[in-house]
Formats: sequence, C-alpha cells, structure tokens
Amino acid sequence: MPEFKLDNHSVSFLEGQTIMQAALEAGLYIPHLCFHPEFKPHGSCRVCIVHTNGRYVSSCTTLAEQGAQVISEQAEVQRQRRNLLEMLFIEGNHVCPSCEKSGSCTLQSVAEYCGMLSPTLPFQFPQRKVDASHPDTLLDFNRCILCELCVRASREVDHKSVFAISGRGIQAHLVVDSADGRLVNSLFASTDRAASVCPVGVILPKHKGFVEPIGQRRFDLIPISRQQEKAD
Amino acid sequence: MEQAKAKIRIATTSLAGCFGCHMSILDIDEKIIDLVELVEFSRSPLTDFKHAENCDLGIIEGAVANAENVEVLREFRQNCKILVAIGACALNGGIPAMRNQFSLAECLQESYRDGMGLENALIPDDPELPMLLNKVHPVQDVVKIDYMLPGCPPSPEIIWELLTALIAGREPVFSEEQIRYD
Repeated sequence: MPEFKLDNHSVSFLEGQTIMQAALEAGLYIPHLCFHPEFKPHGSCRVCIVHTNGRYVSSCTTLAEQGAQVISEQAEVQRQRRNLLEMLFIEGNHVCPSCEKSGSCTLQSVAEYCGMLSPTLPFQFPQRKVDASHPDTLLDFNRCILCELCVRASREVDHKSVFAISGRGIQAHLVVDSADGRLVNSLFASTDRAASVCPVGVILPKHKGFVEPIGQRRFDLIPISRQQEKAD
Repeated sequence: MEQAKAKIRIATTSLAGCFGCHMSILDIDEKIIDLVELVEFSRSPLTDFKHAENCDLGIIEGAVANAENVEVLREFRQNCKILVAIGACALNGGIPAMRNQFSLAECLQESYRDGMGLENALIPDDPELPMLLNKVHPVQDVVKIDYMLPGCPPSPEIIWELLTALIAGREPVFSEEQIRYD
C-alpha cells in the first residue's frame, strides 16, 4: 500500500484518496470546516491547508502521493489557518456567548484548536437578518461561513436544492429557494439532511436550544481534534 | 540583605462589560494570596484609585460603547507598559456590540421611549452622562493591545496562566482546552 508522511506519521492510502481522507482514516486530525466525509470535497474554506511539494494546498482536494512529505502541525501553517479563521469571524457576527451552538460549533472548536485567541482584524459587523418563519427551524445568517454544506446536503442528499450562495466576494451570502426567500415557503423539512449538517449556528432546530446545557456539549467535553468525524 | 523586589503594579477596569471578567479574576481563589505578594493594584474596581498611574500591567474588560470608555482606555494605554484585553466584549464587542445591528436612535427609542412598561418615558440627556458612540467597538479599534484573553468570562485558569507568565517575564502558553470563546 502506498504511503506518505503527515508530519512524523506514516499514512497509508488507497489510490485516488485525498490527503484529508487518508489522514482521517488513519485517525490523524487536520483542521477543516467545509470538508465533510459524506460530501464531495469543496476546497473553499482553505482551513485544511498543508504544505507539500513546496507549496500550500488544501488537503481535502489534493490527492495523496506516494512518498510525499506533508506538513500540517507547524507554526507557520497554523498561523495561516488562524488568518483564515480570523477573516471568517470578522466577516460575520459570531457572538459565541449568546449562540446556542456554542460548545458544539465547528468554527469555534477549530479556531480554539488552531490557537486563535481573538481576531485581530477589524470587525465588519454586517447587517444580517434572521429567518424565523419556519415552525421547526431557525436560520441565523449572522453566523454563515459559506461552507456550502447545507447547499450540498440539500442538493445531493435531499434532492431539493433549498439553499444556494448568491452574490460574489464580500457580498456572497446564503439564500433560500422560495418565492419570497423565506424558509417556510421552501421545500425544506426539518428532517432533511441539510437541517442537521450546519457546522455553525445558522440552521438551528427550534424548541430545544438549551436541552444540552452549556459545558456539556460535544466539543465542551472533548476537543474537536480528538473526535472522530461522525454524522451530526 | 537582599532588597525586596518591587511589586508589579496592575490597573484593571471594566468598560462596557458586566464585571464577569473581574469576578473570574477573583475566582483564582486562594491563589490571590500568592498574587498580592507579587503585585499591587492601582486603579481598579477592587480599589478606590481614580487613575491608572505608572503601571506595569493594565487589564481591560468590556467593549467601547461611550466617550468615557474611550478616555479610560486611552489613559490605560498611556499609563500601562503592557495592556491586556480580557473577555468577549473587549475582544470583539461581545453582547454590547449586538446593538450594532440597529441605529443608536433606534436603541435609545426602544429602551427609553417606546419600550414596554415605561412611565414618564424620556431619553436621558443629562450633560454629565457620557455620550454613547454610534457603534460599539472592540478595544483594539481604539488602542494597541498587547495580549488578548478570550472567554465569557475567561476561566480563572487562563487568567492565572497569563498573570503568572507576564509577572515572570515569559510568554503565556494556553492549551486547546483553555481557549474558549464562551
């Protein structure tokens, strides 16, 4: 079986596997946001960057190569990840103390893993609405990181394409496919895969915000780096 | 006989905050006895000094929401060799910055004129009251910050690591578990 080196670990892989897939199978953590093993890699958040063959690449979209040396747990790589994470934090309104996803939020946990103490870039405080129209699901667009996991889940698993990204650059934002843009008038159902795939606090089930107390949530108990990827 | 080492001089303040970070400082429990051997407090809610003067370390809790916050923050920067921002409000505006979704006029009208249960509704206009800023800002928007400590509030453990590191003149080291934004 072919092998590559991830930092000091030898990782064997199957032909056609990405660095990320092989690392996860070997139980090695590379921080990531838009990657999810259930879905086709997207390569947009760039948080899974690693250094290999003389350049930085996203490990979720780069095929593993026999004999390659891949650097992940290195100060410069972590610094670049923190820069990317900082931009995600300052471009939205991520008020962790008031967010019911806090403690089970992938963005939060990945940033903690990467050692981000605080964003140092100027906060944008964008004006964004919430959509509370649906009886069972809340959309809080303030926290969207444009990972497109809900877009992919709705399209590939639910076959509904309820969600899409509209606009470009700093204007890019999540939209809902319905006549008035509200979730209640879309094909969305709270049993959809798209309803449970959001890594941050955008798509939230109503009526059970604090059923799981703060301090006892998924990443409160075990940091993300020591958890095997699992279906949410 | 060796001369007693000069104590590290610390000032602390809460701007637009809830004093939760200060409560977390006090939550270091009996270690506070070790701490007072090493430090003395200048301006702080724990003392009654009105100004931070010649301090080695300044600790800022809370966001910048009014003109007085700006003045206090600048005084701290001028008078503290090292300035530390602690807690979500100081770092990113936190809960106070949630008003940035609305105009200042909307906030004042909702709180003091149109809100439920108000009698003799009147927007406060006493000239002694500091003017509110149009938007709430993280402290780093106003002055240079040397260290940032996240959390709402930061845990006593991460505060203790920061204080002991800075007093010992080394860089603080925080574990993945200690870094929390909530």
